[in-house]
Amino acid sequence: MTKNGASVVIVGGGVTGLSAGWQLARAGCDVLVLDKGVVGWEASGRNGGGASHYHSPLFAEEQRMWPLMDDLLGYPTEYRRERVIVALTEAQLAHYHYMAAMFNELGFTAEHLDARQAIETAPLVSDQCLGGIHLKFGGHANPQRTVQAYAWALQDHGGRILQHAPVTGFGTTGGRVTSVKTPRGEFGCDVLVMAAGPQGGMLMEQLGVNLPMAPARAEMIVTEPAPLMAIGGVDGNGLYGRQTLRGNLAYGGGPHEWIDLDAAGPAARPTTPLMRNLAKRVAELLPKAAHLRVIRSWAGVIETTPDGRPVIDRLTSPDNVVVATMSGVGFGLSPASGHAVADLVLEGRCSFTDLSKLALDRFADLPADWRQQRGWTPASALTQPAGA
Amino acid sequence: MDAEFDGRDRHAINGKLPRPERTVQVLVIGAGPAGVAAAIQAAKGGAQVLLVDENPVSASLMGLDTPLYFGGRMTPAVQRQDRMIEQVFAANPQLEDAFNLGVEVALATYAWGAFVNGPALQSLPQPMVGLADEERAWLVGYDKLILATGARDIAMAFPGWDQPGVMGANGLAALLQRYDAFAGRRVVVLGGGDLGLKTAMSALDRGLEVAAVVELLPTIPGDAALAQALEARGVPILTGQMIHRAHGGLDGVERVEVGPPGGPVREIACDTACMALGLAPAIELLNAMGGALEADSRRGGHAPRVTDGVRTSLADVFVAGDCAGLPGDLAHAEAQGIAAAQAALGLAVEVPPPAPQVDAWTYQMDWMRALLGAGGDDVIVCQCEEVSRGDLLGVQPPRYLDRPPAMAARDVHTLLADGPINQDQIKRLTRACMGACQARRCREQVALTLACATQSAPETIPLAGFRAPVRPLPLKVLADWDEAAAMSEGWDVWFGIPSQWIPYQDIGAEREAMHRAILGGDMHL
Repeated sequence: MTKNGASVVIVGGGVTGLSAGWQLARAGCDVLVLDKGVVGWEASGRNGGGASHYHSPLFAEEQRMWPLMDDLLGYPTEYRRERVIVALTEAQLAHYHYMAAMFNELGFTAEHLDARQAIETAPLVSDQCLGGIHLKFGGHANPQRTVQAYAWALQDHGGRILQHAPVTGFGTTGGRVTSVKTPRGEFGCDVLVMAAGPQGGMLMEQLGVNLPMAPARAEMIVTEPAPLMAIGGVDGNGLYGRQTLRGNLAYGGGPHEWIDLDAAGPAARPTTPLMRNLAKRVAELLPKAAHLRVIRSWAGVIETTPDGRPVIDRLTSPDNVVVATMSGVGFGLSPASGHAVADLVLEGRCSFTDLSKLALDRFADLPADWRQQRGWTPASALTQPAGA
Repeated sequence: MDAEFDGRDRHAINGKLPRPERTVQVLVIGAGPAGVAAAIQAAKGGAQVLLVDENPVSASLMGLDTPLYFGGRMTPAVQRQDRMIEQVFAANPQLEDAFNLGVEVALATYAWGAFVNGPALQSLPQPMVGLADEERAWLVGYDKLILATGARDIAMAFPGWDQPGVMGANGLAALLQRYDAFAGRRVVVLGGGDLGLKTAMSALDRGLEVAAVVELLPTIPGDAALAQALEARGVPILTGQMIHRAHGGLDGVERVEVGPPGGPVREIACDTACMALGLAPAIELLNAMGGALEADSRRGGHAPRVTDGVRTSLADVFVAGDCAGLPGDLAHAEAQGIAAAQAALGLAVEVPPPAPQVDAWTYQMDWMRALLGAGGDDVIVCQCEEVSRGDLLGVQPPRYLDRPPAMAARDVHTLLADGPINQDQIKRLTRACMGACQARRCREQVALTLACATQSAPETIPLAGFRAPVRPLPLKVLADWDEAAAMSEGWDVWFGIPSQWIPYQDIGAEREAMHRAILGGDMHL
């Protein structure tokens, strides 16, 4: 092993890599996390903080772990339970009721709210709302606080993090990855975890592995603080978001922009006049907050796989590599995704759920032009639609 | 091609962002000396010019110390915006010249964002600026954009600074000269550089009392002749001294403690403590739109990267005046304005000679180090979020969160062990600079405080970035109430990928088709 290496080298200090690293370090494993910049600097620290991803095989474990996370990590995450989804139109209400039925079938309780109940639960909601659903599961946390908590907890268990160390290549011997190269040195490893978000595809290509993903930019806005609502996770009207414990309303949704990315990662994370459309929808959903000032917007760059589902897999070749991309929905699931990755590193299989449908080989026959087929290409690569 | 796909993503942003309401040939933001000179020069050159200025800003924004550090020392006159528009117009005679040359002048109009295609953004139909008044927001396109947005006050905390009557030199200048609405009578000026001396002289000329000019350095760094003139008019100039505390009541400052860094102190009666410790180029719009900056202490700190003195790194975007890097005097600001207009018109630019500049960060670091000795860890640094010095340097979360032992053991030094100090990272953890004033009162002093505590040079600490809207705007004002159909029809809460939200157990089962048919790609419609 090269000097300064570790048993497990994790590429990417986002929530997934850091959660995995923390759980490996907790298990006594020698872990090194390499990040191109500062931990949590990309989508892991720039998202809506939602933790209600019922559809995932990781969700039950996520639900088990979130209430424990502050204690397990030793740092506050600002985790809050439950969510409501509020409808302003009949079509929205029918949609949310369908979702509630789906949640209940999955074993996660969701109750219908009439308009009065919706307003009682979330007093900023429109008096004209038609009701909604109350998820008695899920929740939300502070992404920036959480990602730093993972990093610190990892260090507290003896793990190491090297920031400003972009990975430039790999050393391989006998079909295995034996080292990871960065401008700050080469680091030997027994197992490599690839959790580099939108850069993961490019890095895996260097190992001869096709990990298909497309990067995109998405935007959010945040207001000055409002009085605290009983449940801070209030979605609806085409928005996802949360009220922070300080009271700020942070909301996102709406169109994303497919972008091209080079190995260095995003050169910028601009926002656009889309913030006006977000502001309109927040003002419609929460009209009693319409006077609140918007004080920031931000954008994050996320990767999406061809079917929008994660890849969490231990490869067969090279056989000491675990890949994890959460396909743009990684924050809330991170307690469980990290657990799964740690299991794959240590045991070769996930101990708590089936992940077979998230294996990489489902994309073995993917056509090379899959991004073009879906229109998942930058705006400049497309002709503008008529009338635009 | 797979039958499921048609080569288009109807949920992507492509073609959805609207064109601006109108497009002008030259858009000038800021009607100070540089902006007005630029507008006049561009109009003389035959261009169609829109000159936008946010003054008079609403009384509520002034209360947030936006855009300048007004320190709550406005008279009630600022609440009458119609009267204030007349006042602002009257205080700036050159606006009439611009008006007579055919420049369209829009006062009381905020420029809250500027948008150009670039890295990670290709979906804008054209470059544009976001404008707003108290009622609504709108977008204006431009062929050429000249930013003449001036400079912001730099504040530094000391015990008692978080009360009315502690303000900035540009805030005072605006209230005296532009608004004629300053509520104070007796001022102590902190800082004996040119900025402080000019502030004191200007206050005297307006009939105010200047109780003292306080300078930390052993000799006055500003213009000696100006200092002598102030002394001749009875203004005490106190060198080797600093402010230790401001005392006051419900209406704010009533007296301040002044003395050498280690004491002893004496009290000076005053209603206003005006900080004249430096100005920061107002780079909000340029930074938010992706223009390159450089850290240059002799240009006021983080300043636009320019060529020919006025060309930014962005095509068709120019800077002039204080926002270009503190030219220091009126003549230079006007020369820059003219040069920016010439560049915008595609004409030869006579590069304005750089004015002699002070080493801003060295001076400010001297003051910051001294002020950190006044009061303890409980002095508030970020007023909006009530972050104290101790919590900032301890990298501690806000008080409504727990601080378990592991958290309490962390601080800026443990963070420094992981890599260079990053103000935006510390902002996210402590909330310092996250408040409603958009860090106008604390952005620079947080950087300086971190620099002092970690023995880092200020230029090594990355700027805490500005994001649109660079003016705090109510949701209902910012909102696009006349949304384009393409935006409404293609809206989805998250990407709209039909397969993404299918429950795991249903993947590949019959029920997958049912969910996809009913939900489409939408998680929350």
